[in-house]
Amino acid sequence: MSRLLSAALALVGTILATSSFAQSGAASTGGDPFSSYQWPDLRREFLGSGPVEFDARVKVLAPAFAEDPMNVPITVSADGLGDVEMITVLVDRNPIRKVLEYFPVVSLPRVSFRFKLEQASPVRAAVKTRDGVWHVGGALVDSSGGGCTAAGETRRDGSWARTLGALSARVFPHSVPVAGADTGTRVRLRVMHPMDTGLVGGIPAFYVNHLSLRDDVGRELVRINTFEPVSENPVFSFDFAERPLGHLQLVGTDNNGNRLGGPVE
Amino acid sequence: MRRLLSIAFLLVLLCALPVFVTAQPIKADAATLDYHLSARAVAPGVFVVEGANADFSVANGCNIINTGFIVTGNGVVVVNTGPSRRYGEQLRALIGRTTSEPVVRVIHLNLHPDYFLGNQAFADVPRAATPVTRAGMQREAKAYEDNLYRLCGEWMKGTEALLPETDAKTGVERIGSHEVELVELRGHTDSDLLLFDRSSGVAFVGGLAFSRRIPTTPHAQIDTWQASLNELAGLRVRMIVTSHGVVSSDTTAIALTQRYLAWIDTAFRAAAERGDDMNDVLRLPVPNEFRQWAAFETEYTRNVANLYPRYEQAVLKPHP
Repeated sequence: MSRLLSAALALVGTILATSSFAQSGAASTGGDPFSSYQWPDLRREFLGSGPVEFDARVKVLAPAFAEDPMNVPITVSADGLGDVEMITVLVDRNPIRKVLEYFPVVSLPRVSFRFKLEQASPVRAAVKTRDGVWHVGGALVDSSGGGCTAAGETRRDGSWARTLGALSARVFPHSVPVAGADTGTRVRLRVMHPMDTGLVGGIPAFYVNHLSLRDDVGRELVRINTFEPVSENPVFSFDFAERPLGHLQLVGTDNNGNRLGGPVE
Repeated sequence: MRRLLSIAFLLVLLCALPVFVTAQPIKADAATLDYHLSARAVAPGVFVVEGANADFSVANGCNIINTGFIVTGNGVVVVNTGPSRRYGEQLRALIGRTTSEPVVRVIHLNLHPDYFLGNQAFADVPRAATPVTRAGMQREAKAYEDNLYRLCGEWMKGTEALLPETDAKTGVERIGSHEVELVELRGHTDSDLLLFDRSSGVAFVGGLAFSRRIPTTPHAQIDTWQASLNELAGLRVRMIVTSHGVVSSDTTAIALTQRYLAWIDTAFRAAAERGDDMNDVLRLPVPNEFRQWAAFETEYTRNVANLYPRYEQAVLKPHP
């Protein structure tokens, strides 16, 4: 009997110890569902002092592990949030943590692309609504590592200079669900660019920093600011509730001042 | 009499059915780092050493490969040497327990890590691979070592890539009492060698076919691979030993692999035409048949990462 009692006591002790540990862990990581020690810092640096909520409506899709750490696919959607001003994608344990800023001017708050992952890390999407609140969602991606500190393929074989800035794109009408019906339009595009992070010896940072999709009267539909961790020869997908009218045009630059872009059909 | 007849009939029927070895006879022991390798004779003098039908893990010591050896009467020919130095040593010991004949040759069927990382135990034996495979091993060896160390740790201790030092010659050769043919195909990698023991009708096909296991595709070209599988189906092979998956006594793995590759090709093409992003493709409704194969969760993710970008790029319109 006393043995049973002591066993029960030990169990209670363990539970108490575990839960108090979990609480202190959550406190030191700012309530982060991933209990990442980088989170408080990440929040301070990139989201400022405004209100931040972990929000299940911010969906981040990514594979559980990075088969190719130079090309990890991520899809962010924040359909249920209402008026979205911007989406920022952050990676806790990357040497360069901000990956992309997406402004869905007239598009849906959905974006897909691939990025470089240096090591296993939470990958976050922070979605800012017009009321100034950041809504944060994320996914955990495991990795063998090395995505940001290895040279890209076209850098290694030297072919980047021949393809720099080449654009391929396509508009896919009636391809994505909007409120349950496949009425939405997706635009996919690829810009050839080495997207050098500056973290590989002897290769300075060289990356696309700004892209803007416009209609034929010059009205901006989508704006993105991209940073070093976006993958080489980046491919982006944007969704629209309705097909944007007229001929679309991509306009952009890289950090060396090269002009990029062309027609998107 | 009638009863005897029907029993005989039943027996014939059973023999005609493909025999799958469902129980894995071996279980790697992580405490002692013993792979518990065992050799199963599939024909006179032809042995298969079966690995786990799974993905690389500490639990299986990264032993997910079916290696083999042929006792020819004039020495032993070894087909692939496994994922680690330890595996190579235990394979060599197993061969020593099975026959008194010396090992006279090692053949590597492609460049992938578990085809050659056991080579240190065969340092005194001529080791052959095709020139393309040898170049590939040279290129990838360092990354393979690192990756398997990361995945299987302790099991990999002391493993260093020891590359094959001679070119494999394709064609028929008589070794002892066996007539052995080497055929170079491609598609799973840039060079896929198959070793056909014409004396027994058993072919070691490496990664050209997978048996109830999702194919690996880091170096795959689907069109070329399908053409090679057609060629393989045309050979007079009685039984194939795939490097990965369940070893069965027939050639059904050829059709299984063809079916899977055909599905990937059709589904990925359609996905690209719809405008799917890679994350959409990761969540495609893959047919149940394939979902039940070993390593689905990890290997399909790799298939998408390896193969989908080509389909995607083919449908985007270039603007000069």
